[in-house]
Amino acid sequence: MKQVIYTILENEPLTADVCRMVLAGDNSAITAPGQFVNLKLDGLFLRRPISVCDLEGDRLTLIYKVVGRGTAQMRDMTPGQTLDALTGLGNGYDLSLAGNRPLLLGGGVGAPPLYWLAKKLIARGAAVAVRLGFNAAGDVFYEDEFRALGAEVRVATADGSHGEKGFVTDILPDACTHYFACGPEPMLKAVYRAVPSDGQLSFEARMGCGFGACMGCTCETITGYKRICRDGPVLRKGEILWTD
Amino acid sequence: MDRLSVNLLGIELDNPVIPASGTFGYGREFAELYDINCLGTFSFKGTTLRPRLGNPLPRIAEAPAGMLNAVGLQNPGVDRVISEELPRLKTVFRKPVMANVSGFSVEEYAETCARLDACDQVGWLEVNISCPNVHDGGMSFGTDPAMAARVTKAVKAVTTKPVIMKLSPNVTDIAAIAAACQEAGADGISLINTLMGLRISLKSRRPVLANVTGGLSGPAVFPVALRMVYQVAKAVKIPVVGMGGVSSAEDVVEMMLAGATAVEVGAANLADPFACMKIIGDLPAVMDRYGIDNLRDIIGGAL
Repeated sequence: MKQVIYTILENEPLTADVCRMVLAGDNSAITAPGQFVNLKLDGLFLRRPISVCDLEGDRLTLIYKVVGRGTAQMRDMTPGQTLDALTGLGNGYDLSLAGNRPLLLGGGVGAPPLYWLAKKLIARGAAVAVRLGFNAAGDVFYEDEFRALGAEVRVATADGSHGEKGFVTDILPDACTHYFACGPEPMLKAVYRAVPSDGQLSFEARMGCGFGACMGCTCETITGYKRICRDGPVLRKGEILWTD
Repeated sequence: MDRLSVNLLGIELDNPVIPASGTFGYGREFAELYDINCLGTFSFKGTTLRPRLGNPLPRIAEAPAGMLNAVGLQNPGVDRVISEELPRLKTVFRKPVMANVSGFSVEEYAETCARLDACDQVGWLEVNISCPNVHDGGMSFGTDPAMAARVTKAVKAVTTKPVIMKLSPNVTDIAAIAAACQEAGADGISLINTLMGLRISLKSRRPVLANVTGGLSGPAVFPVALRMVYQVAKAVKIPVVGMGGVSSAEDVVEMMLAGATAVEVGAANLADPFACMKIIGDLPAVMDRYGIDNLRDIIGGAL
């Protein structure tokens, strides 16, 4: 973990409520896709955790959905402004388990952390399949960006207005060596049940500190209590205990 | 360095800054960020006789100038704290640590304290009779002077270490509780724990926290905490450790003027993991600005 003052390079909307922010700063503490940064915003006491979408040198890309005061404030920030971030938080995905045909499953703003992951897996020579789920055509983002990386991409929308009608679990490939999922909990649960191979799932939680001190986001797993912010947000399929 | 030192119940602290229980774990996460030996000491995560998972999620909510938490005393239990956390802590922290203890019966408090009494690393026992987030004990011991006295007596009987009773602000007369603890033999008083609060989501029309209520901390509570520290310092002769919304060196000085011998820093650590290190670094300049030669000279200066 490292505290970094980033400078905003770009901040543009991708859809009606999803934006992309590109920052410049010291990315040295960020070591794996699936990790997040925790942002200090004016007038808010707790930092706001946002997953890393992409990283290249000192450029860091974050994609966030405007859901409350913190993310609304982020949307209104302009290039040249600075952001105080705690970086390199969370465990991130373990790429060594991917095999040669990994499957990446993203729902809504669960898609962004899969982008840097896809990039890294493709660079290692894997044939990457990406399945993205959104509510409607207007919510879709990064479909082309994933394709441009060289991934095989299919999209589902709940209302059928873009791609196939349904959920990511309706457009699964026949087989995969391992899967990586990120999205809302109902989606993660559906993926967990639908995909027979081993996988890693990234969870969301309301966090206090974001670095493991406050026990504000602990969940129970088969391998013991885990802090989503520190021991997660990525959990191995075999350790997950669903609460209902 | 000596300008900052204070004596807390027979143990010399390099400075009065103490990360508060529940915001600093058992020190490990912060030791990766900075040398935690710069601290006066720290109060480790509230520990109970048996392991506790704590409350369901969500446990955390934003509040104006602060936060609510309803963690519910998650901890690995005293035996694992002694066998795993303390040995690990020894490798990064060479000072005596403050052991924070919670319980659900008088006997349980005493048993947990007795086990920690055997640990050389433990300098003080801070007995939390004020957790607002558990339903089967905790705060109920801290809202009744007679119960507070019973816990104090039971703990004092099993330890030779200084016993600091940590009080709840969720009472009508905190001075009476403090006086009852002093009467029962407490060596010191620390306060305040969090104030009971609530947030409701406009979207779901339900409380944000799974526990419904949570404890409010952060700068929002600072004036309330200061007032209570002042009241308690006036009411008792034993040393008082002040806490509640402290987030700057100025706040530390203000708490000490209100009667605090040492000052705990809580929620600030969660928003800024370097908060305590910065506060300690800022203290000399703030002392110079206000003509303070030695911090120990200003304790209770406003009483």
